[in-house]
Amino acid sequence: MTLVYVEHQDGRPDDASLQAIALAREIAGGAPLHALLAGPGAEHAAAGLGAHGVATAHIAEHEALATHAPVALARCIGELIDRLSPAAVAAAGSERGNEVLAHAAALGDLPLAANCIAAEAGDPLTVTRIRWGGSLLEDARLHGPVKLLTVAPHTVEAAEVGGGPAAVERFTPSLGEADLVVRVVETVQQSSEGGVNLADARFVVSCGRGAGSPEGFAPAEELAALLGGAVGCSRAVTIAGWRSHTDQVGQTGTKIAPEVYLACGISGATQHMAGCKGAKRIIAVNIDPEAPIIANADYAVIGDLHEVIPAITAELRKAGAG
Amino acid sequence: MNILVCAKRVPMTGGTIVLTEDEQSIQTRHLGFTISPHEECGVEEAVRLIEANGGESVVLALGPSEAEEQLRDAMSLGIDRATLLETADEFDGQATAAAIVVAIEAERAAGVEFDLIFFGNESADSGNYQVGIRVAHALGRPCVTGVKGIVVQDGRARCEQETASGRDVYDVPLPAVVTVKEGLNLPRYPSVPGRLRAKRKPLATSAAVGRDPGVEKLRLRLPPGQGKQAEILGHGPEAAPAVVEVLRRAGLVA
Repeated sequence: MTLVYVEHQDGRPDDASLQAIALAREIAGGAPLHALLAGPGAEHAAAGLGAHGVATAHIAEHEALATHAPVALARCIGELIDRLSPAAVAAAGSERGNEVLAHAAALGDLPLAANCIAAEAGDPLTVTRIRWGGSLLEDARLHGPVKLLTVAPHTVEAAEVGGGPAAVERFTPSLGEADLVVRVVETVQQSSEGGVNLADARFVVSCGRGAGSPEGFAPAEELAALLGGAVGCSRAVTIAGWRSHTDQVGQTGTKIAPEVYLACGISGATQHMAGCKGAKRIIAVNIDPEAPIIANADYAVIGDLHEVIPAITAELRKAGAG
Repeated sequence: MNILVCAKRVPMTGGTIVLTEDEQSIQTRHLGFTISPHEECGVEEAVRLIEANGGESVVLALGPSEAEEQLRDAMSLGIDRATLLETADEFDGQATAAAIVVAIEAERAAGVEFDLIFFGNESADSGNYQVGIRVAHALGRPCVTGVKGIVVQDGRARCEQETASGRDVYDVPLPAVVTVKEGLNLPRYPSVPGRLRAKRKPLATSAAVGRDPGVEKLRLRLPPGQGKQAEILGHGPEAAPAVVEVLRRAGLVA
Protein backbone atom coordinates (compact mmCIF):
# COMPACT_ATOMS: atom_id res chain seq x y z
CA MET A 1 0.00 0.00 0.00
CA THR A 2 0.93 3.65 -0.34
CA LEU A 3 0.47 6.33 2.31
CA VAL A 4 -0.14 10.03 1.61
CA TYR A 5 0.26 12.77 4.21
CA VAL A 6 -2.58 15.20 3.46
CA GLU A 7 -2.41 18.87 4.41
CA HIS A 8 -5.72 20.65 4.85
CA GLN A 9 -7.25 23.97 5.76
CA ASP A 10 -10.76 24.97 6.83
CA GLY A 11 -11.87 21.35 6.60
CA ARG A 12 -10.73 20.92 2.99
CA PRO A 13 -7.69 19.06 1.67
CA ASP A 14 -5.14 21.35 -0.01
CA ASP A 15 -5.03 21.17 -3.80
CA ALA A 16 -1.34 20.26 -3.67
CA SER A 17 -2.17 17.29 -1.42
CA LEU A 18 -4.86 16.08 -3.86
CA GLN A 19 -2.21 16.30 -6.60
CA ALA A 20 0.11 14.20 -4.40
CA ILE A 21 -2.69 11.64 -4.02
CA ALA A 22 -2.97 11.47 -7.83
CA LEU A 23 0.72 10.58 -8.19
CA ALA A 24 0.56 8.19 -5.22
CA ARG A 25 -2.26 6.35 -6.99
CA GLU A 26 0.09 5.65 -9.88
CA ILE A 27 2.79 4.41 -7.54
CA ALA A 28 0.30 2.19 -5.72
CA GLY A 29 -0.61 0.58 -9.04
CA GLY A 30 -3.93 -0.78 -7.77
CA ALA A 31 -2.75 -1.49 -4.20
CA PRO A 32 -4.71 0.34 -1.46
CA LEU A 33 -4.10 4.03 -0.88
CA HIS A 34 -4.14 5.32 2.69
CA ALA A 35 -4.08 8.92 3.91
CA LEU A 36 -2.87 10.55 7.11
CA LEU A 37 -4.45 13.73 8.41
CA ALA A 38 -3.88 15.60 11.65
CA GLY A 39 -5.03 18.75 13.38
CA PRO A 40 -8.32 20.65 13.57
CA GLY A 41 -10.75 19.86 10.78
CA ALA A 42 -8.95 16.64 9.79
CA GLU A 43 -12.10 14.53 9.78
CA HIS A 44 -13.96 17.02 7.61
CA ALA A 45 -11.07 17.15 5.16
CA ALA A 46 -10.96 13.35 5.02
CA ALA A 47 -14.60 13.09 3.95
CA GLY A 48 -13.97 13.72 0.25
CA LEU A 49 -10.78 11.69 -0.10
CA GLY A 50 -12.56 8.47 -1.08
CA ALA A 51 -13.47 10.07 -4.40
CA HIS A 52 -9.74 10.53 -5.03
CA GLY A 53 -9.09 6.83 -4.48
CA VAL A 54 -8.21 6.80 -0.77
CA ALA A 55 -9.39 3.56 0.90
CA THR A 56 -8.59 4.49 4.49
CA ALA A 57 -8.04 7.86 6.15
CA HIS A 58 -6.03 7.75 9.39
CA ILE A 59 -6.79 10.66 11.70
CA ALA A 60 -4.05 11.42 14.22
CA GLU A 61 -5.64 12.78 17.38
CA HIS A 62 -3.46 14.61 19.90
CA GLU A 63 -3.87 18.02 21.51
CA ALA A 64 -0.29 18.88 20.57
CA LEU A 65 -1.22 18.69 16.88
CA ALA A 66 -3.46 21.76 17.12
CA THR A 67 -0.61 23.90 15.80
CA HIS A 68 2.08 22.93 13.29
CA ALA A 69 4.65 20.62 14.90
CA PRO A 70 6.73 18.96 12.15
CA VAL A 71 8.53 16.36 14.26
CA ALA A 72 5.26 15.25 15.88
CA LEU A 73 3.71 14.85 12.43
CA ALA A 74 6.74 12.86 11.29
CA ARG A 75 6.24 10.59 14.33
CA CYS A 76 2.65 9.98 13.17
CA ILE A 77 3.99 8.97 9.75
CA GLY A 78 6.57 6.75 11.46
CA GLU A 79 3.88 4.98 13.48
CA LEU A 80 1.87 4.27 10.33
CA ILE A 81 5.00 3.07 8.51
CA ASP A 82 5.63 0.58 11.36
CA ARG A 83 2.00 -0.56 11.45
CA LEU A 84 1.12 -0.64 7.73
CA SER A 85 4.51 -1.20 6.02
CA PRO A 86 3.76 1.03 3.03
CA ALA A 87 6.01 0.70 -0.02
CA ALA A 88 6.00 4.49 -0.39
CA VAL A 89 4.94 7.61 1.48
CA ALA A 90 4.01 10.76 -0.46
CA ALA A 91 3.11 14.34 0.41
CA ALA A 92 2.71 17.67 -1.34
CA GLY A 93 5.93 19.44 -2.29
CA SER A 94 4.76 22.42 -0.25
CA GLU A 95 6.97 24.06 2.38
CA ARG A 96 5.39 21.93 5.07
CA GLY A 97 5.02 18.77 3.02
CA ASN A 98 8.73 18.84 2.23
CA GLU A 99 9.53 19.65 5.86
CA VAL A 100 7.43 16.91 7.43
CA LEU A 101 8.59 14.23 5.01
CA ALA A 102 12.23 15.21 5.57
CA HIS A 103 11.70 14.72 9.31
CA ALA A 104 10.07 11.34 8.65
CA ALA A 105 12.97 10.43 6.36
CA ALA A 106 15.49 11.43 9.02
CA LEU A 107 13.67 9.47 11.77
CA GLY A 108 13.62 6.30 9.68
CA ASP A 109 16.89 6.87 7.77
CA LEU A 110 14.87 6.56 4.56
CA PRO A 111 15.47 8.11 1.13
CA LEU A 112 13.42 11.17 0.16
CA ALA A 113 12.98 12.54 -3.36
CA ALA A 114 11.61 16.08 -3.14
CA ASN A 115 9.36 17.69 -5.75
CA CYS A 116 8.63 14.77 -8.08
CA ILE A 117 6.49 15.31 -11.17
CA ALA A 118 6.17 11.70 -12.31
CA ALA A 119 6.76 8.20 -10.93
CA GLU A 120 6.71 4.63 -12.16
CA ALA A 121 5.65 1.87 -9.77
CA GLY A 122 8.34 -0.65 -8.92
CA ASP A 123 11.22 -1.46 -6.62
CA PRO A 124 13.45 0.50 -6.92
CA LEU A 125 10.95 3.27 -7.53
CA THR A 126 11.71 5.42 -10.58
CA VAL A 127 10.80 9.10 -10.34
CA THR A 128 11.28 12.32 -12.25
CA ARG A 129 11.90 15.31 -10.00
CA ILE A 130 12.61 18.98 -10.55
CA ARG A 131 15.86 20.81 -9.91
CA TRP A 132 16.68 24.50 -10.15
CA GLY A 133 13.09 25.39 -9.29
CA GLY A 134 11.85 23.53 -12.37
CA SER A 135 14.46 24.62 -14.93
CA LEU A 136 15.92 21.13 -14.99
CA LEU A 137 14.56 17.59 -14.55
CA GLU A 138 16.24 14.63 -12.90
CA ASP A 139 15.33 10.98 -13.45
CA ALA A 140 16.22 9.02 -10.33
CA ARG A 141 15.77 5.65 -8.64
CA LEU A 142 14.78 5.38 -4.97
CA HIS A 143 16.27 2.52 -2.97
CA GLY A 144 15.21 1.49 0.51
CA PRO A 145 12.54 -0.39 2.44
CA VAL A 146 10.16 2.61 2.26
CA LYS A 147 10.44 5.30 -0.42
CA LEU A 148 9.52 8.85 0.52
CA LEU A 149 8.63 11.47 -2.06
CA THR A 150 6.94 14.83 -2.36
CA VAL A 151 5.03 15.99 -5.42
CA ALA A 152 5.83 19.39 -6.95
CA PRO A 153 2.66 21.52 -6.81
CA HIS A 154 0.77 22.09 -10.09
CA THR A 155 2.69 19.42 -12.02
CA VAL A 156 0.23 16.54 -11.58
CA GLU A 157 -3.54 16.85 -12.07
CA ALA A 158 -5.74 15.91 -9.15
CA ALA A 159 -8.55 13.61 -10.29
CA GLU A 160 -11.68 12.11 -8.80
CA VAL A 161 -11.77 8.42 -9.63
CA GLY A 162 -15.20 7.65 -8.23
CA GLY A 163 -14.36 5.62 -5.14
CA GLY A 164 -16.72 5.26 -2.20
CA PRO A 165 -16.14 7.11 1.07
CA ALA A 166 -12.81 6.35 2.74
CA ALA A 167 -12.90 4.34 5.96
CA VAL A 168 -11.89 6.52 8.90
CA GLU A 169 -9.50 5.20 11.55
CA ARG A 170 -8.55 7.37 14.49
CA PHE A 171 -5.35 6.88 16.45
CA THR A 172 -3.49 8.68 19.18
CA PRO A 173 0.21 8.89 18.36
CA SER A 174 2.62 8.49 21.24
CA LEU A 175 4.53 11.75 21.31
CA GLY A 176 7.35 12.65 23.65
CA GLU A 177 8.39 16.10 24.83
CA ALA A 178 11.26 16.14 22.35
CA ASP A 179 8.76 15.76 19.49
CA LEU A 180 7.10 19.03 20.47
CA VAL A 181 10.11 21.31 20.91
CA VAL A 182 9.67 22.56 17.35
CA ARG A 183 6.13 23.90 17.06
CA VAL A 184 4.41 27.13 16.16
CA VAL A 185 4.02 29.14 19.37
CA GLU A 186 2.60 32.28 17.81
CA THR A 187 0.94 33.25 14.53
CA VAL A 188 1.12 36.85 13.34
CA GLN A 189 -1.53 37.86 10.82
CA GLN A 190 -0.32 40.29 8.21
CA SER A 191 -2.43 43.40 7.68
CA SER A 192 -3.82 43.54 4.15
CA GLU A 193 -3.13 47.29 3.88
CA GLY A 194 -0.04 46.74 1.77
CA GLY A 195 -2.06 46.50 -1.44
CA VAL A 196 -2.29 43.51 -3.75
CA ASN A 197 -0.36 40.40 -2.72
CA LEU A 198 2.32 39.56 -5.29
CA ALA A 199 1.60 35.81 -5.19
CA ASP A 200 -2.13 36.31 -5.85
CA ALA A 201 -2.01 39.30 -8.22
CA ARG A 202 -3.71 38.93 -11.62
CA PHE A 203 -1.28 41.41 -13.14
CA VAL A 204 2.38 41.78 -12.22
CA VAL A 205 4.89 44.24 -13.65
CA SER A 206 8.52 43.66 -12.68
CA CYS A 207 11.67 45.57 -13.40
CA GLY A 208 15.26 44.41 -13.29
CA ARG A 209 18.45 46.40 -12.95
CA GLY A 210 17.34 48.23 -16.08
CA ALA A 211 15.13 50.36 -13.82
CA GLY A 212 18.36 52.14 -12.92
CA SER A 213 17.46 53.15 -9.37
CA PRO A 214 14.77 52.68 -6.68
CA GLU A 215 13.02 55.75 -8.16
CA GLY A 216 13.04 54.03 -11.55
CA PHE A 217 10.15 51.85 -10.32
CA ALA A 218 7.67 54.77 -10.19
CA PRO A 219 6.23 54.19 -13.70
CA ALA A 220 5.79 50.46 -12.86
CA GLU A 221 4.00 51.42 -9.61
CA GLU A 222 1.67 53.67 -11.57
CA LEU A 223 0.87 50.99 -14.15
CA ALA A 224 0.28 48.33 -11.46
CA ALA A 225 -2.05 50.66 -9.55
CA LEU A 226 -4.01 51.37 -12.73
CA LEU A 227 -4.63 47.65 -13.30
CA GLY A 228 -5.03 46.61 -9.66
CA GLY A 229 -1.84 44.58 -9.93
CA ALA A 230 1.43 44.29 -8.05
CA VAL A 231 5.03 45.34 -8.66
CA GLY A 232 7.79 42.76 -8.60
CA CYS A 233 11.51 42.81 -9.25
CA SER A 234 14.46 40.61 -10.10
CA ARG A 235 17.02 39.27 -7.62
CA ALA A 236 19.61 41.76 -8.90
CA VAL A 237 17.33 44.56 -7.68
CA THR A 238 16.95 43.21 -4.14
CA ILE A 239 20.68 42.49 -3.89
CA ALA A 240 21.28 46.13 -4.85
CA GLY A 241 18.96 47.09 -1.98
CA TRP A 242 16.51 48.94 -4.24
CA ARG A 243 13.42 46.93 -3.24
CA SER A 244 12.45 44.65 -0.37
CA HIS A 245 12.94 40.90 -0.82
CA THR A 246 9.17 40.44 -0.52
CA ASP A 247 8.94 41.99 -4.02
CA GLN A 248 11.39 39.53 -5.56
CA VAL A 249 9.99 37.18 -8.19
CA GLY A 250 12.10 34.04 -8.53
CA GLN A 251 13.28 30.64 -7.37
CA THR A 252 14.33 32.08 -4.01
CA GLY A 253 11.65 34.76 -3.97
CA THR A 254 7.91 34.76 -4.61
CA LYS A 255 6.32 32.41 -7.15
CA ILE A 256 3.69 34.31 -9.11
CA ALA A 257 0.79 33.13 -11.29
CA PRO A 258 -0.84 36.21 -12.88
CA GLU A 259 -2.93 36.40 -16.05
CA VAL A 260 -0.25 38.67 -17.50
CA TYR A 261 3.32 39.14 -16.38
CA LEU A 262 5.11 42.19 -17.79
CA ALA A 263 8.84 41.63 -17.27
CA CYS A 264 10.80 44.80 -17.99
CA GLY A 265 14.57 45.03 -18.24
CA ILE A 266 14.92 41.47 -16.94
CA SER A 267 17.35 39.18 -18.76
CA GLY A 268 15.51 35.97 -17.86
CA ALA A 269 17.96 33.99 -15.75
CA THR A 270 16.70 30.57 -14.63
CA GLN A 271 16.52 31.99 -11.08
CA HIS A 272 13.89 34.49 -12.26
CA MET A 273 12.01 32.21 -14.68
CA ALA A 274 11.48 29.62 -11.91
CA GLY A 275 9.36 32.24 -10.14
CA CYS A 276 7.17 33.29 -13.07
CA LYS A 277 6.53 30.05 -14.98
CA GLY A 278 3.04 30.02 -13.43
CA ALA A 279 2.12 33.16 -15.39
CA LYS A 280 -0.49 32.60 -18.12
CA ARG A 281 1.15 35.11 -20.49
CA ILE A 282 4.58 36.68 -20.27
CA ILE A 283 5.34 39.95 -22.06
CA ALA A 284 9.02 40.83 -22.03
CA VAL A 285 10.19 44.41 -22.48
CA ASN A 286 13.89 44.50 -23.25
CA ILE A 287 16.32 46.60 -25.25
CA ASP A 288 18.25 43.44 -26.14
CA PRO A 289 16.42 41.23 -28.68
CA GLU A 290 18.89 38.44 -27.79
CA ALA A 291 17.99 38.45 -24.05
CA PRO A 292 17.16 34.91 -22.88
CA ILE A 293 13.76 36.06 -21.63
CA ILE A 294 12.66 36.70 -25.24
CA ALA A 295 12.99 32.96 -25.88
CA ASN A 296 10.82 32.17 -22.84
CA ALA A 297 8.14 34.86 -23.17
CA ASP A 298 4.90 34.78 -25.15
CA TYR A 299 5.23 38.37 -26.37
CA ALA A 300 8.06 40.86 -26.50
CA VAL A 301 8.54 44.57 -26.95
CA ILE A 302 12.03 45.57 -28.01
CA GLY A 303 12.67 48.86 -26.28
CA ASP A 304 13.63 50.82 -23.19
CA LEU A 305 11.37 50.19 -20.20
CA HIS A 306 11.59 53.90 -19.27
CA GLU A 307 9.76 54.72 -22.51
CA VAL A 308 7.59 51.63 -22.91
CA ILE A 309 5.96 51.46 -19.45
CA PRO A 310 4.72 55.10 -19.49
CA ALA A 311 3.45 54.56 -23.04
CA ILE A 312 1.40 51.54 -21.90
CA THR A 313 -0.01 53.57 -18.99
CA ALA A 314 -0.90 56.44 -21.34
CA GLU A 315 -2.54 54.05 -23.80
CA LEU A 316 -4.62 52.50 -20.98
CA ARG A 317 -5.72 55.96 -19.80
CA LYS A 318 -6.69 56.79 -23.37
CA ALA A 319 -8.74 53.61 -23.46
CA GLY A 320 -10.49 54.73 -20.29
CA ALA A 321 -8.95 52.32 -17.80
CA GLY A 322 -8.53 53.47 -14.19
CA MET B 1 28.81 31.50 20.91
CA ASN B 2 29.91 29.29 18.01
CA ILE B 3 28.07 29.11 14.70
CA LEU B 4 28.51 26.74 11.79
CA VAL B 5 27.15 27.65 8.35
CA CYS B 6 26.84 24.93 5.74
CA ALA B 7 27.02 26.43 2.24
CA LYS B 8 26.96 24.90 -1.21
CA ARG B 9 28.91 25.88 -4.33
CA VAL B 10 26.50 26.19 -7.27
CA PRO B 11 26.94 27.48 -10.83
CA MET B 12 25.43 30.81 -11.89
CA THR B 13 23.28 29.36 -14.64
CA GLY B 14 22.27 32.55 -16.45
CA GLY B 15 19.52 32.22 -19.03
CA THR B 16 19.93 28.78 -20.51
CA ILE B 17 21.10 25.53 -19.00
CA VAL B 18 23.30 23.28 -21.13
CA LEU B 19 23.94 19.70 -20.02
CA THR B 20 27.14 17.71 -20.30
CA GLU B 21 27.19 14.94 -22.88
CA ASP B 22 26.76 12.20 -20.24
CA GLU B 23 23.63 14.02 -18.93
CA GLN B 24 25.00 13.84 -15.39
CA SER B 25 25.60 17.53 -14.78
CA ILE B 26 25.35 21.07 -16.08
CA GLN B 27 27.96 22.24 -18.57
CA THR B 28 29.81 24.80 -16.45
CA ARG B 29 32.84 25.53 -18.66
CA HIS B 30 31.65 29.10 -19.28
CA LEU B 31 29.91 29.70 -15.96
CA GLY B 32 30.91 31.38 -12.73
CA PHE B 33 30.05 29.90 -9.34
CA THR B 34 28.49 31.27 -6.20
CA ILE B 35 27.20 30.26 -2.78
CA SER B 36 23.59 29.04 -3.10
CA PRO B 37 21.34 32.11 -2.38
CA HIS B 38 19.68 30.98 0.85
CA GLU B 39 23.06 30.07 2.34
CA GLU B 40 24.47 33.49 1.49
CA CYS B 41 21.98 34.80 4.03
CA GLY B 42 23.11 32.10 6.48
CA VAL B 43 26.69 33.37 6.15
CA GLU B 44 25.58 36.97 6.72
CA GLU B 45 23.47 36.05 9.75
CA ALA B 46 26.34 34.10 11.31
CA VAL B 47 28.71 37.04 10.84
CA ARG B 48 26.20 39.46 12.41
CA LEU B 49 25.49 37.17 15.39
CA ILE B 50 29.19 36.67 16.12
CA GLU B 51 29.83 40.42 15.76
CA ALA B 52 27.10 41.03 18.35
CA ASN B 53 27.77 38.15 20.74
CA GLY B 54 31.41 37.19 20.25
CA GLY B 55 32.62 33.69 19.51
CA GLU B 56 33.63 31.87 16.37
CA SER B 57 31.96 31.35 13.00
CA VAL B 58 32.85 28.44 10.73
CA VAL B 59 31.74 27.77 7.16
CA LEU B 60 31.53 24.24 5.76
CA ALA B 61 31.08 23.09 2.19
CA LEU B 62 30.80 19.63 0.70
CA GLY B 63 31.97 19.60 -2.88
CA PRO B 64 34.92 19.67 -5.26
CA SER B 65 38.25 21.29 -4.36
CA GLU B 66 37.12 24.38 -6.29
CA ALA B 67 34.57 25.03 -3.52
CA GLU B 68 37.50 26.67 -1.72
CA GLU B 69 36.52 29.75 -3.76
CA GLN B 70 33.11 29.94 -2.02
CA LEU B 71 34.65 29.22 1.40
CA ARG B 72 37.15 32.10 0.89
CA ASP B 73 34.22 34.30 -0.21
CA ALA B 74 32.41 33.51 3.05
CA MET B 75 35.57 34.26 5.04
CA SER B 76 35.99 37.56 3.19
CA LEU B 77 32.59 38.54 4.61
CA GLY B 78 33.75 37.83 8.16
CA ILE B 79 33.54 34.07 8.76
CA ASP B 80 36.57 33.00 10.86
CA ARG B 81 37.57 29.66 9.37
CA ALA B 82 36.45 27.03 6.88
CA THR B 83 36.10 23.29 6.40
CA LEU B 84 35.95 21.63 2.99
CA LEU B 85 34.58 18.10 2.75
CA GLU B 86 36.03 17.23 -0.58
CA THR B 87 34.39 14.99 -3.14
CA ALA B 88 34.16 15.03 -6.91
CA ASP B 89 30.85 13.12 -6.71
CA GLU B 90 27.38 14.52 -6.22
CA PHE B 91 26.07 13.20 -2.88
CA ASP B 92 22.35 12.71 -2.30
CA GLY B 93 20.62 14.23 0.74
CA GLN B 94 21.27 11.26 3.03
CA ALA B 95 24.96 11.03 2.13
CA THR B 96 25.49 14.80 2.38
CA ALA B 97 23.95 14.90 5.86
CA ALA B 98 25.95 11.88 7.03
CA ALA B 99 29.24 13.41 5.86
CA ILE B 100 28.45 16.72 7.57
CA VAL B 101 27.59 14.91 10.82
CA VAL B 102 31.01 13.23 10.75
CA ALA B 103 32.65 16.66 10.43
CA ILE B 104 30.58 18.16 13.27
CA GLU B 105 31.46 15.23 15.53
CA ALA B 106 35.14 15.76 14.73
CA GLU B 107 34.76 19.41 15.80
CA ARG B 108 33.10 18.26 19.01
CA ALA B 109 35.97 15.83 19.67
CA ALA B 110 38.30 18.81 19.27
CA GLY B 111 36.28 20.76 21.84
CA VAL B 112 34.13 22.90 19.53
CA GLU B 113 30.37 22.87 20.18
CA PHE B 114 28.16 24.83 17.79
CA ASP B 115 25.26 26.69 19.40
CA LEU B 116 23.70 27.27 16.02
CA ILE B 117 24.06 25.46 12.72
CA PHE B 118 22.70 27.26 9.66
CA PHE B 119 21.70 25.58 6.41
CA GLY B 120 19.86 26.89 3.39
CA ASN B 121 16.22 25.76 3.32
CA GLU B 122 17.06 24.05 0.04
CA SER B 123 19.98 24.30 -2.35
CA ALA B 124 19.53 26.20 -5.62
CA ASP B 125 20.61 23.25 -7.75
CA SER B 126 19.47 19.88 -6.37
CA GLY B 127 16.75 21.27 -4.07
CA ASN B 128 16.55 18.23 -1.79
CA TYR B 129 14.91 20.06 1.14
CA GLN B 130 16.33 17.68 3.75
CA VAL B 131 20.03 17.99 4.64
CA GLY B 132 19.62 20.36 7.61
CA ILE B 133 16.75 18.31 9.04
CA ARG B 134 18.72 15.06 8.76
CA VAL B 135 21.75 16.61 10.46
CA ALA B 136 19.54 17.95 13.28
CA HIS B 137 18.09 14.50 13.98
CA ALA B 138 21.52 12.85 13.93
CA LEU B 139 22.73 15.38 16.51
CA GLY B 140 19.52 15.26 18.56
CA ARG B 141 18.83 18.97 18.08
CA PRO B 142 15.67 20.89 17.16
CA CYS B 143 15.41 22.19 13.60
CA VAL B 144 13.35 25.15 12.42
CA THR B 145 13.06 25.43 8.62
CA GLY B 146 12.46 28.22 6.12
CA VAL B 147 13.45 30.94 8.59
CA LYS B 148 13.29 34.60 7.49
CA GLY B 149 13.79 36.19 10.91
CA ILE B 150 15.83 35.10 13.93
CA VAL B 151 16.49 36.60 17.36
CA VAL B 152 18.96 34.82 19.66
CA GLN B 153 18.60 35.58 23.35
CA ASP B 154 19.06 33.79 26.69
CA GLY B 155 20.04 30.50 25.11
CA ARG B 156 17.03 30.38 22.81
CA ALA B 157 16.33 31.19 19.18
CA ARG B 158 13.07 32.85 18.22
CA CYS B 159 12.53 32.07 14.56
CA GLU B 160 9.99 33.39 12.11
CA GLN B 161 8.63 31.76 8.97
CA GLU B 162 6.71 33.64 6.30
CA THR B 163 3.30 32.16 5.50
CA ALA B 164 0.59 33.10 2.99
CA SER B 165 -1.26 35.06 5.67
CA GLY B 166 1.54 36.37 7.85
CA ARG B 167 4.21 34.81 10.02
CA ASP B 168 4.58 31.70 12.17
CA VAL B 169 6.86 31.96 15.19
CA TYR B 170 8.95 29.18 16.76
CA ASP B 171 10.95 29.38 19.97
CA VAL B 172 13.60 26.69 20.40
CA PRO B 173 16.42 26.12 22.87
CA LEU B 174 20.03 26.20 21.72
CA PRO B 175 21.89 24.31 20.45
CA ALA B 176 19.68 24.21 17.37
CA VAL B 177 19.73 23.79 13.61
CA VAL B 178 18.07 26.52 11.56
CA THR B 179 17.48 26.37 7.79
CA VAL B 180 17.19 29.87 6.36
CA LYS B 181 15.70 31.53 3.32
CA GLU B 182 16.81 34.45 1.23
CA GLY B 183 15.24 37.62 2.59
CA LEU B 184 16.44 36.86 6.13
CA ASN B 185 18.88 39.74 5.66
CA LEU B 186 20.66 41.64 2.91
CA PRO B 187 24.14 40.11 2.62
CA ARG B 188 27.03 42.58 2.61
CA TYR B 189 29.59 42.90 -0.18
CA PRO B 190 33.15 41.79 0.56
CA SER B 191 35.64 44.59 1.19
CA VAL B 192 39.17 44.57 -0.23
CA PRO B 193 40.74 44.16 3.27
CA GLY B 194 38.16 41.40 3.88
CA ARG B 195 39.34 39.59 0.75
CA LEU B 196 42.98 39.93 1.80
CA ARG B 197 42.26 38.63 5.30
CA ALA B 198 40.28 35.69 3.88
CA LYS B 199 43.39 34.44 2.07
CA ARG B 200 45.16 33.93 5.40
CA LYS B 201 42.25 32.44 7.35
CA PRO B 202 42.45 28.70 8.12
CA LEU B 203 40.84 26.25 5.73
CA ALA B 204 40.87 22.55 6.62
CA THR B 205 40.22 19.98 3.92
CA SER B 206 39.26 16.34 4.40
CA ALA B 207 37.75 13.70 2.17
CA ALA B 208 33.94 13.56 2.44
CA VAL B 209 32.77 10.20 3.79
CA GLY B 210 30.28 8.75 1.31
CA ARG B 211 27.53 6.14 1.48
CA ASP B 212 25.34 4.41 -1.10
CA PRO B 213 22.71 6.83 -2.39
CA GLY B 214 19.08 6.29 -1.43
CA VAL B 215 18.15 8.58 -4.32
CA GLU B 216 20.23 7.43 -7.28
CA LYS B 217 20.51 10.01 -10.04
CA LEU B 218 20.09 8.40 -13.47
CA ARG B 219 20.18 11.41 -15.77
CA LEU B 220 19.34 15.07 -16.05
CA ARG B 221 17.25 16.50 -18.86
CA LEU B 222 15.71 19.80 -19.84
CA PRO B 223 11.96 20.20 -19.41
CA PRO B 224 9.93 20.15 -22.64
CA GLY B 225 8.64 23.38 -24.14
CA GLN B 226 11.87 25.39 -23.89
CA GLY B 227 12.63 28.28 -26.20
CA LYS B 228 9.15 29.11 -27.43
CA GLN B 229 10.40 32.46 -28.93
CA ALA B 230 8.12 35.39 -28.23
CA GLU B 231 5.87 37.10 -30.75
CA ILE B 232 7.35 40.58 -31.20
CA LEU B 233 4.64 43.17 -30.48
CA GLY B 234 6.76 46.06 -31.69
CA HIS B 235 9.61 48.38 -30.92
CA GLY B 236 9.64 51.12 -28.28
CA PRO B 237 6.57 53.12 -27.14
CA GLU B 238 4.79 52.42 -30.45
CA ALA B 239 4.16 48.89 -29.16
CA ALA B 240 1.90 50.16 -26.35
CA PRO B 241 -1.45 49.59 -28.17
CA ALA B 242 -0.45 45.98 -28.92
CA VAL B 243 0.44 45.43 -25.23
CA VAL B 244 -2.93 46.86 -24.16
CA GLU B 245 -4.61 44.49 -26.62
CA VAL B 246 -2.92 41.52 -24.85
CA LEU B 247 -4.08 42.90 -21.49
CA ARG B 248 -7.60 43.22 -22.88
CA ARG B 249 -7.64 39.64 -24.18
CA ALA B 250 -6.49 38.51 -20.73
CA GLY B 251 -9.51 40.21 -19.19
CA LEU B 252 -7.50 42.83 -17.33
CA VAL B 253 -8.93 45.77 -19.25
CA ALA B 254 -12.60 46.30 -20.01
